[in-house]
Amino acid sequence: MTVFIAKRFGFMILTMIIVSLLLFLLLEYSPGSVATKVLGPYSSEEQRQLWLEAHGYMQPIYVRYFDWLFNFATGDFGESVRFKVPVADVLWSRLANTAILGGFVFAIMIPLSLTLGVLAGMREGSKLDRTISVTSIVTTSLPEFASAVLLSAIFVFGLGLLPGTSGMSRGWNIQEMILPTMVLVLYDFGYVARMTRASMAEVMTTHYIRTAILKGLPYKTVIMKHALRNAMIAPFTVIMLQINWLLSGVIVVEYFFAYKGFGALLLEASLNQDIFMIEACAMIAVFVAVVTQTLADIGYTYLNPRIRFS
Amino acid sequence: MVDETLDPVANRRVPFIVTALKSFLLLRESWVGMIGAAIVIFWVLVAILAPLLAPFDPLATLAPLQKPGAVGPDGAIFWLGTDQIGRDILSRIIYGCRTVLIYAPLATLCAYTVGILMGLTAGYKGGVWDEVLSRTSDIILSFPVLVLYVIIIATIGASGTNIIIAITFASAPGIMRIVRGLTLDLRNRDYVAAAQTRGEPTWRILLVEILPNARGPLIVDACLRLGYVTITIGVLGFLGLGLPPPDPDWGSMIADTRQFALVFPHMSLFPSIAISSLVLGLNLLADGLREISLRD
Repeated sequence: MTVFIAKRFGFMILTMIIVSLLLFLLLEYSPGSVATKVLGPYSSEEQRQLWLEAHGYMQPIYVRYFDWLFNFATGDFGESVRFKVPVADVLWSRLANTAILGGFVFAIMIPLSLTLGVLAGMREGSKLDRTISVTSIVTTSLPEFASAVLLSAIFVFGLGLLPGTSGMSRGWNIQEMILPTMVLVLYDFGYVARMTRASMAEVMTTHYIRTAILKGLPYKTVIMKHALRNAMIAPFTVIMLQINWLLSGVIVVEYFFAYKGFGALLLEASLNQDIFMIEACAMIAVFVAVVTQTLADIGYTYLNPRIRFS
Repeated sequence: MVDETLDPVANRRVPFIVTALKSFLLLRESWVGMIGAAIVIFWVLVAILAPLLAPFDPLATLAPLQKPGAVGPDGAIFWLGTDQIGRDILSRIIYGCRTVLIYAPLATLCAYTVGILMGLTAGYKGGVWDEVLSRTSDIILSFPVLVLYVIIIATIGASGTNIIIAITFASAPGIMRIVRGLTLDLRNRDYVAAAQTRGEPTWRILLVEILPNARGPLIVDACLRLGYVTITIGVLGFLGLGLPPPDPDWGSMIADTRQFALVFPHMSLFPSIAISSLVLGLNLLADGLREISLRD
């Protein structure tokens, strides 16, 4: 187990380093284009040259990479071209906003998808199972921007119940959180529900469940005490990996609802060629994704006694 | 040159078109799959017959901000209304269908070609090949997908070719994993050993012996992936990273008309329904195919 954890962490760090290298090569390989992006297309040749000299771009590429990596590791992400302030100043508050949104999404999505998945998987092939399965296919087929349009049409245009944007221009308002949360839950819950259903259905066919039913235990006890525990191992991993999905989903949803979060920041940075902001956002996104994957792997191994004790 | 009719291995195989038709007939047993197939066929027909079906030129500016069902200057009806610069939305959806149905399969095909080659190599050769290809895939797959797309497209620029490149780059590792798993299982079969004994070249073993026998799970996956790629192309269009204007494309139609959504929701609502129904069709079809493949 210890060896496994060490290996997994080793691979995590290796992934981060390779990703950082690729990102660096993609965005900063040619110093000239960096200077153009930072100083704008109308800057003169001398200005760019001066900027490059002042910021250490005259060194060989590997020196630049290690400098960059060191700065990154110590939390110095450089200065945003667009906001004219250090990247970190903007980044952390945006990340916190996205974490709040993600918290809302998970708080609703997890109980909902687990309940539906377990109900569907308990009696495979039943009417309830078919209904839940088809519903989850339908909801996962709706791209986030499409369901955002549909929900806005209903709740904002049709019923006039909710605000159509979530810019929080008049202070933090929980009403503005509802639509972004709904869109993300709608897109995400179907997948988790299907995975839970598959896992539950598989557990229900095992010998120990048959034995429990045959020895006359109440159905409720069979489900609650024997089936659920084993059926929850696979969904745990799936839920952890949803964090990775969520990082994609927030780009669309935050852009659509003008929510000031991390996803919208990454998109704006990319569209405006805000080079240091792109680097910081991308590294953070990969960091979050890789850490959750590692935790999911370790958690899965820990939760599954067949692997833990072998 | 081997005479195909005398080669017992070639005789064993049934032409692909026959198996395809057979599976299609099997689809009758799954109503979910039938509905999916019907939706997909509907959109394919719309794309092919676009010039006959579209009431207007999708690029012509006629009368701006018309509601659905409004009557145009020469008595023609805008069934789904017009957009902010007066283009007929129905015609744009019909022509936009072509864009989606050209780029999504093309990108999926490219991703599959790369993914299959990687997967076959990793699974069949094993060793260093497997290690390098698998680790590379793990790293690419650890990226949140859309973050990867946004960075790639923003760096290399938005164009049809670049979208296909980005989708291939991001999807091939996932396909590679599936193909690798299937190859690991298939490479120990007797018919592969027979082909090796006959001294067939590796590429022939991979493409003629192993790949056709891995097709079942791959067809289901391709269907699902086609749905994801359709969503991706829509999302990129919506984020302003899609195909350059003015060609109609469902994602960018929604992006263009979004700021009018509170007053004229029809302008973004109908393209949303169009893309959702196509993706739903593909997902239902995949579900039906999987149900059938599990049955036998």
